[in-house]
Amino acid sequence: MKFQDRQVWLDGIVEYVSEVGSVNDLFRSVYRYYHIDYPKFSKMDNLCKLAFLSAEILLQGTDVLQKYPAERIGIILENASSSLEYDRKHLESVNDRNKYFPSPSVFVYTIPNIMVAEIAIRHHVKGENAVFISEQFDPELIYHYVSELFRNQLVSCCLSGWVECYRDHYQSFLFVIEQKDKMKRCKGLQEYVTLNILNVERLFKGKPI
Amino acid sequence: MIEDLIYRLKREIISELDVENMTPEELDPEAPLFGEGGLGLDSIDALEIVVLLDQNYGIKIQASKEGREIFYSIRTIAEYILAHQKK
Repeated sequence: MKFQDRQVWLDGIVEYVSEVGSVNDLFRSVYRYYHIDYPKFSKMDNLCKLAFLSAEILLQGTDVLQKYPAERIGIILENASSSLEYDRKHLESVNDRNKYFPSPSVFVYTIPNIMVAEIAIRHHVKGENAVFISEQFDPELIYHYVSELFRNQLVSCCLSGWVECYRDHYQSFLFVIEQKDKMKRCKGLQEYVTLNILNVERLFKGKPI
Repeated sequence: MIEDLIYRLKREIISELDVENMTPEELDPEAPLFGEGGLGLDSIDALEIVVLLDQNYGIKIQASKEGREIFYSIRTIAEYILAHQKK
């Protein structure tokens, strides 16, 4: 699935287009469109909201949560801005010594891995997880890291991709990688395709495989 | 006086804790704030209330055991504020 430019794409098809104003309103409209009911959503920062929504939309269309034990499902993500938006927010709250009231609910979002945690808590996923910071989406890193997880039999399935959000800029691209008969395959378009660097890059760019 | 304080606390909790789709009027001051059957707040929310009480009322909550009783409901928080604010 992809979410960018006010459009949600699933399996190569536009599922939802929103005209609403701010990023916050946009995320809220997607939340409503997909009939998601999760009160904690409103408390998340925008990075977590984007990761949460993306995982929600992608996983609604798969059976991986039923197919694999929680310990065998991994989450490996990348982004460019880490948790910079909330890092700044936290910094502002501690900069003035006369108004020194850091907010716990801001501080908790000052690591990018919290977006993995939000997905894991929601879906009770307990497998290997990591977030890598990269200037742009790095299909090689995803391919090699996830391949190692499969090679070492640490996961049977992995939710992977790119979740970037900073101020008004947002972009997510998530896909599921599964191991079937020793063949690693990934889902992102209409059918399963072989997992390799080129295919991951093509999926990200929306090019046909 | 306690009713005014309860109303103010409701507004602050809704605002600071991002409690959605709820007005101060809908918030039951006797209902448990944490756990099932209540507002469903979590441990981060508890910390946020600690900060709120310090920032807005000058009240510092130190012991976690004490916090459990104080934070049971909005009314118990209001009662604690009235009993300790000017000491």
